Amino acid sequence: MTAPDANLPADVTLTDAAIAEEAATLDAVWRDAPGFWGWLTSVDHKSIGKRYLITAFLMFLAGGIEAAMMRAQLARPENAFLGPDRYNQIFTTHGTTMMFLFAVPVMNAMGLYFVPLMVGARNVAFPRLNAFGYWCYLVGVVFLYVSLFVNMGPDTGWTAYVPLSGPQFAPGHRVDVWAQLVTFTEIAALAAAVNIIVTTFKMRAPGMSLNRIPIFVWAQLVVSFMIVFAMPAVATGSTIMLAADRAVDTQWFNPAEGGDSLLWQHVFWFFGHPEVYIIFLPALGLITPIIETFSRRRVFGYSALVLANITTAFFAFGLWVHHMFATPIPELGQSLFTAASTLIAIPTGVQIFCWLVTMWSGRPRFTTAMLFVLGFFFTFVIGGITGVMLASVGFDQQAHDTFFVVAHFHYVLLGGAVLPLMAAFYFWYPKVTGRLLSERLGKWHFWLFVIGVNVTFFPMHILGLEGMPRRVYTYLEPTGWGSLNLLASLGAVVIAISVVIFVVNLVKSYWVGDVAGPDPWSSSGLEWATSSPAPSYNFLHTPIVGSRHPLWEPIADAPVLVGLRTDRREVLLTTTFDARPDSRNHHPNPSIWPLYVALCMGVTFIGSIFSPYFILGGIGLAFIGLAAWAWQSSHPAGHELIAAPEAEPV
Amino acid sequence: MHSFFHPTSPQAHVVTTLWWWMFGVGGAVWLIVVIAMLYAARARRGERGDDGLLHVSESTHHAMERTVIGAGVVTVVILLAFLAYDFSVGEALAQHPDRALTIELTGHQWWWEATYENPDPSKRITTANEIHVPVGRPVQIKLRSADVIHSFWVPNLNGKRDLIPGYVSSQWFTADTAGMYRGQCAEFCGLQHAKMALYIIAEPAAKFDAWLAASATTAPLPTDSATRFGEQVFLTASCAVCHSIAGTPAMATVGPNLTHIASRRTIAAGTLANNRANLTGWIVDPQAFKPGTLMPKSTLQPAELQALIAYLETLK
Repeated sequence: MTAPDANLPADVTLTDAAIAEEAATLDAVWRDAPGFWGWLTSVDHKSIGKRYLITAFLMFLAGGIEAAMMRAQLARPENAFLGPDRYNQIFTTHGTTMMFLFAVPVMNAMGLYFVPLMVGARNVAFPRLNAFGYWCYLVGVVFLYVSLFVNMGPDTGWTAYVPLSGPQFAPGHRVDVWAQLVTFTEIAALAAAVNIIVTTFKMRAPGMSLNRIPIFVWAQLVVSFMIVFAMPAVATGSTIMLAADRAVDTQWFNPAEGGDSLLWQHVFWFFGHPEVYIIFLPALGLITPIIETFSRRRVFGYSALVLANITTAFFAFGLWVHHMFATPIPELGQSLFTAASTLIAIPTGVQIFCWLVTMWSGRPRFTTAMLFVLGFFFTFVIGGITGVMLASVGFDQQAHDTFFVVAHFHYVLLGGAVLPLMAAFYFWYPKVTGRLLSERLGKWHFWLFVIGVNVTFFPMHILGLEGMPRRVYTYLEPTGWGSLNLLASLGAVVIAISVVIFVVNLVKSYWVGDVAGPDPWSSSGLEWATSSPAPSYNFLHTPIVGSRHPLWEPIADAPVLVGLRTDRREVLLTTTFDARPDSRNHHPNPSIWPLYVALCMGVTFIGSIFSPYFILGGIGLAFIGLAAWAWQSSHPAGHELIAAPEAEPV
Repeated sequence: MHSFFHPTSPQAHVVTTLWWWMFGVGGAVWLIVVIAMLYAARARRGERGDDGLLHVSESTHHAMERTVIGAGVVTVVILLAFLAYDFSVGEALAQHPDRALTIELTGHQWWWEATYENPDPSKRITTANEIHVPVGRPVQIKLRSADVIHSFWVPNLNGKRDLIPGYVSSQWFTADTAGMYRGQCAEFCGLQHAKMALYIIAEPAAKFDAWLAASATTAPLPTDSATRFGEQVFLTASCAVCHSIAGTPAMATVGPNLTHIASRRTIAAGTLANNRANLTGWIVDPQAFKPGTLMPKSTLQPAELQALIAYLETLK
């Protein structure tokens, strides 16, 4: 396509000086304000994405420390390291942290950081909403951990089943902390989802039609829609029903007053099962570019991979009852969920086959990132297979709520999400920091982590079938569960060592790692077309895209987009399907109001634990902030249609 | 015995057989994927083009297509076969046999109350944490909860079934071998979820009938001064506020029924062996064994405690 700016002759050559001047103008417009104030008011997706990633990683470490405490307690029978009260808070906080504060946010963060870079945009579609989402998440993080340290940590499991979590059996505020923490993470996830959907649909570089979107962006897009449909269920369950039962004596879940204690499980798992795929699909999306880059091959079966993502998303909403096979739900109804839970293995299988033949048709090079992908195949497939086993009602009634299930979902989440995520850290760390991670430390990290995970979690399959239920703070000596538990605890030590090596690598490489340059791996995505780390405006000139692998199949003469103003924040919106230029849009400036409104949400929801009047006060205060937020972002020239997009897409 | 790997009922057998099939096929699938991965990882295929990428011939590309489609079809076939097999297992488990012995099991924080139904109310018996069943006869366990959700699970005999407030559900099994099978609450139910075990004691029909008859009797009257004093302690100290002993005025149903406590093998829901030392320790300070249990510390004098223990030991 030709550039939409007709003033510039096609053969003009920009001088270095002109480029430097343009870069300086753009940077002045797009960079954060200086100093601490600039940090508070930033709406740059890279600043916020980095904060998100670091906070989520710290949560991974916190959840890991809790896991280590549990493994210490369970290393031998009748251990006295943690009493039941402390243990219940620790295991609940571990699950809550890993699901709500690590896994979902870290995948959102990867999307918020990389989707704009991968589609050639200057920022996400709603930058202030992005900042607001992060601040809400941070309020949730601080809230949970302060509560834990003042002995107010939730203690009824990350699933918070009623009536155990209801007002009758869980007096005090521990469960309230859980219910409101979920609220903050819902807000953050919904903000991220809406942002990623609109960024993907409307802000792609010209020429990046839907069938040229990178697989990772597809995964993020699909998952964002899942978040939009799944999160309201848990919002209804925890923020409205459970919190109201506890705060203002509604009786949603109390059978004595005509409520239903099973209802919670439906509401929770209607969200909770898609949640697993909300974590897992983006992780799978991370794998494709890594395999492509290090096999020097375009991935086999792009359309199959995209369809697999979409199919998985649909199936994911039809599985939730397999968490409830031990409840009195009629057999026929259960068997439908068995079928769905079995068939969801097909799209995942297809993705694995596509990756394997891609590797097979190339000459794979084993960097640490690629090793982690192999570790993913080795480990995740075990979790996938036990997942199919658990789809059986008969077998699930034996294995449900035992260590077998604990083993299964750790294989799925560590194998299927954390291993790809670690691969992604080795792959994209240079894009974020400008320096490569150490490959030598990386190999130590890889081997110890994969061995540790398998030594820790494989024995748990056997423990579960030998009768050990999950969520027990101890077990008696005659049960004979001691030696396998000790083995699992030793495996946890190996994991801990490998994570320490990883942290050392992350910190050390930031200062002394090899300088990466824009594209250290000769990869194919647009994010590698700009410097590492990307400048505040992401791309000096937005590239025009002509294929799925823009850097591998460059268009002759490398056309770029010109014609947007550089002296104020202006972005190009393109059409949803073909990414033709559609309109120019004024883009919001930095603002303090997202932080202010997030703090008001903190007052509202944390205060609501103690008195419902905080809801009125908090929302009143938030309204002032919302007005200021909207006032600031309005602009007379907010949205200009491009009259006649004469250019045809390439 | 407490293990899924040693099924002792037809209901547990079908599932364990299913498991070994799933384990075999699943293990083979995993092995094939890992071998394929290692094979692919060692590949040196593709010729380097001008663009720095690797290119393969058309025939190789077709081979890749065939591989992915073939693997996909095999996956679908395996999963459909699994579904068919699993539904047949589900059907077998859904059969409700006739002439079953019905036992009502109520979950409490953190113990199990078992009641044997009988048309004659005087023959209804209530016990706790140890359930005797006859070998070879179907048993229906009707499940209720008195407080939060619990889950009844004895892996040797059948899968688990939740006890949900407001619902009555049931579970079936037919023990085919005499033995003592351990189970443990499987749904997190609070502080002492870890110490909420129970035993199913499967015994030949004659022995079971004898046990049932003996259990329907009231507690023996104390015969000497020590046990008479013990009974007085039981009735006048706080014990009788929660526990009942048939044949005495103690009829409370908050805690386990103690009419035949001395015939049970364990106390505190499978936590401690039932002997004099443990019983004494438990009565003196239950919180030391099960922190959070609803049974409070006792304030008995040593002489009262001795007598109480002596009395409880007569409740065979």
